[in-house]
Amino acid sequence: MSLLEIHEPGETPMPHAGEASPAVGIDLGTTNSVVAIAREGIPAALHDETGNALVPSVVAYPAAGGVLVGEEARLVMVREPRNAVASIKRLMGRGATDLHAVAGVLPYEIEPGSGQTDMVKLRIGGRARSPVEISAEILKALRRRAEAALDKPVERAVITVPAYFDDAARTATRDAARVAGLEVLRLVNEPTAAALAYGLDKGSEGLYAVYDLGGGTFDFSLLRLEKGVFQVLATGGDAALGGDDFDRAIAESMLDERRRDGLVDRVDEAAVKTALALARQMKEQLSERDQTSGRLELTGVPSFHTLARAAFEAMIANLIARTLDIAGNVLADAGMTAADVQGVVLVGGSTRVPLVRAKVAGMIGKPALTDIDPDEVVALGAALQAEALTGGGDTLLLDVTPLSLGLETMGGIVEKVVPRNTPIPVQLAQDFTTYQDGQTAMAIHVVQGEREMVGDCRSLARFELSGIPPMTAGAARIRVSFAVDADGLLAVSAEERTTGVAQRIEVKPSYGLSHEDMADMLYDSLENAEADMMQRLLAEARVEARRNLLALDAALAKDGALLTAEERGAIDEGRARLEAGISGEDRDAINAAAEALETLSKPFAERRMDRGIREALAGLSVGELESRVGE
Amino acid sequence: MDHFARLGLPAALDLDAASLDRAYFTAQRVWHPDRFVGRPAEERARASTEAAALNDAYRTLKDPLSRAVYLAGLIGVELPGDGKTIDDPDLLMEAMEAREALHEAGTPEAVDVLTARSREDMAQALAGLGTLFLRLDKAAIRKTLLRLRYLDKFAEEARARRTNLQRVKA
Repeated sequence: MSLLEIHEPGETPMPHAGEASPAVGIDLGTTNSVVAIAREGIPAALHDETGNALVPSVVAYPAAGGVLVGEEARLVMVREPRNAVASIKRLMGRGATDLHAVAGVLPYEIEPGSGQTDMVKLRIGGRARSPVEISAEILKALRRRAEAALDKPVERAVITVPAYFDDAARTATRDAARVAGLEVLRLVNEPTAAALAYGLDKGSEGLYAVYDLGGGTFDFSLLRLEKGVFQVLATGGDAALGGDDFDRAIAESMLDERRRDGLVDRVDEAAVKTALALARQMKEQLSERDQTSGRLELTGVPSFHTLARAAFEAMIANLIARTLDIAGNVLADAGMTAADVQGVVLVGGSTRVPLVRAKVAGMIGKPALTDIDPDEVVALGAALQAEALTGGGDTLLLDVTPLSLGLETMGGIVEKVVPRNTPIPVQLAQDFTTYQDGQTAMAIHVVQGEREMVGDCRSLARFELSGIPPMTAGAARIRVSFAVDADGLLAVSAEERTTGVAQRIEVKPSYGLSHEDMADMLYDSLENAEADMMQRLLAEARVEARRNLLALDAALAKDGALLTAEERGAIDEGRARLEAGISGEDRDAINAAAEALETLSKPFAERRMDRGIREALAGLSVGELESRVGE
Repeated sequence: MDHFARLGLPAALDLDAASLDRAYFTAQRVWHPDRFVGRPAEERARASTEAAALNDAYRTLKDPLSRAVYLAGLIGVELPGDGKTIDDPDLLMEAMEAREALHEAGTPEAVDVLTARSREDMAQALAGLGTLFLRLDKAAIRKTLLRLRYLDKFAEEARARRTNLQRVKA
């Protein structure tokens, strides 16, 4: 038999090195997408004929036929709104139950019946299409752009995803790439990619922060850079916070001014859109100068507005303060302070606002790094990683899980198995046990989130471990293992350790957690930590009390004859008091009733034990007895 | 293989953070799945398992408390699972008093005072562990670790309380 050869790990020449097919980096964004390539450590975004690097993430299926992506699709959107779709990223990996979250926000027509067991589908251009297939069109357009610019076929890519993208959204992104004919070398988190773009460029070392403020989302990550190693220490964010909120503040103040001038507006959707568009323009101008003005015309009545930078800054001060709050929490998670940070990388168009730059620099105590275009920096980092993965580069990216993963236990309590900010890949296991005598199956419910109670976390998957041999409560050892791979994808398995009954599943939720949900969940966990703790203690007291009741009932059924009618009556009464306690909300009352019942039933327990010993010894020969004692 | 051996480090309570990082990075340079892109599936699976084990070792040894608990486990000192009732009456009393003080702290600054005090207690207890390990005083190690674990939990509660108070203020 011939033996197979195995190379020394890490020293193998990359199989595709030297091949002609280059690997690109892709930032598949909500608003815009960018494709870039790195050669010998120098990344560059790929432009179209007019020199534009940004491809609007809009896909159109015009009535005339064909598929259009980018600027052309945006034009179709104006003429044929039902044949075009924007912001599809928000629906990646989402199902029917997630839809209420976006309904009314996005002008999508949902295909009836979709999303029940699978991802939602949209009715676009007269046909049902999934977010995966629509995203694939964007990826195909980026691929064509790369092939045109490089004059070579492009088949492999590193694609970036938000740090909070959950399992379903990551899987959907991979699937979209496959549909577009691209092999995904790795999914890389956006802030990590941004740091990569800066780190390699500067050869920096030390602790760096990435402050990413987009149109509607905020992310903050903390990374350590050391000799080509990028180690993510912690990450956090709030997805209901972004530059759109700045626009809203300006628009509201203009509408207020009109009201003060005695103008009566019908503030409908069209009016809001007009005001927001002007607000956005004024905001952008204020990044360049100290004062700006605009003309707002609603229902044919024009008004003129001037806005000083100082006034704008007063409007957005507490929004920025909130981002700094979150940044502070991420620092605390990593056990660091602002003084430890060497530099902060700014990502996202909203970081062009001077006050954002000033406040971030003020918090960290150093000027922010802004010399790479914040709209391109993520794609540039992805391109560098693509080169490193195919050219055998020396860069090492060590990323973390953004949210905790855990299991539902008795009383709806979440037991965390993989805490957030755990380095990936990771394989962690925890043992659980049965709750009732003779229990032969166990429901495994996998959840994601920071809260203590299952109802406040996101359900990822459920499965059942059956065939557990009947044992007394607490005797079985069920080991549940979680594995998260380097792309952030999760697999869960469970095994009964005393008998080896195993069950394994790949967690593939049909729809996932939205970026918004994730960030909200993180934020909520901090806000509700105290209340959560009380709720958890109450739930634990209930579980403990019910367990005791079950044990007592089992004992009474078996050995009830050991009690006098009077004793039995007292125990029953104590039992009823504990039942009443359990249905109440007072943890102390439950514990007190449980203690009282324990005292009441103590003589009973003692008698049972005595009898148990007598029974165990009865009928044994002296020899047997001796050998038992000797055991 | 225990976590220390996996990273090629001596099994010791005192571990210099820089050498731990260096050992971890060196090993990850070899085993991280990014080094195995395009390799056969079996090699990739092996790398993933190794990298995960390295991450587990690094995470466990990085934090002084979890390192101490792990080292105690290696010499046969088992601690009860998290969330189990405290069986040490002194600690129970300390915990009750601290929780009451936290409950009464009405400002972020008041919480900070409590946090500073518990941090000091933690540092002291950690410093004292070295001698106990040298003497292999298992009972004392167990008692100290349980107290440290409680102090750690208290710090977490204090942080939650502080966030809450800050939000109320704002």
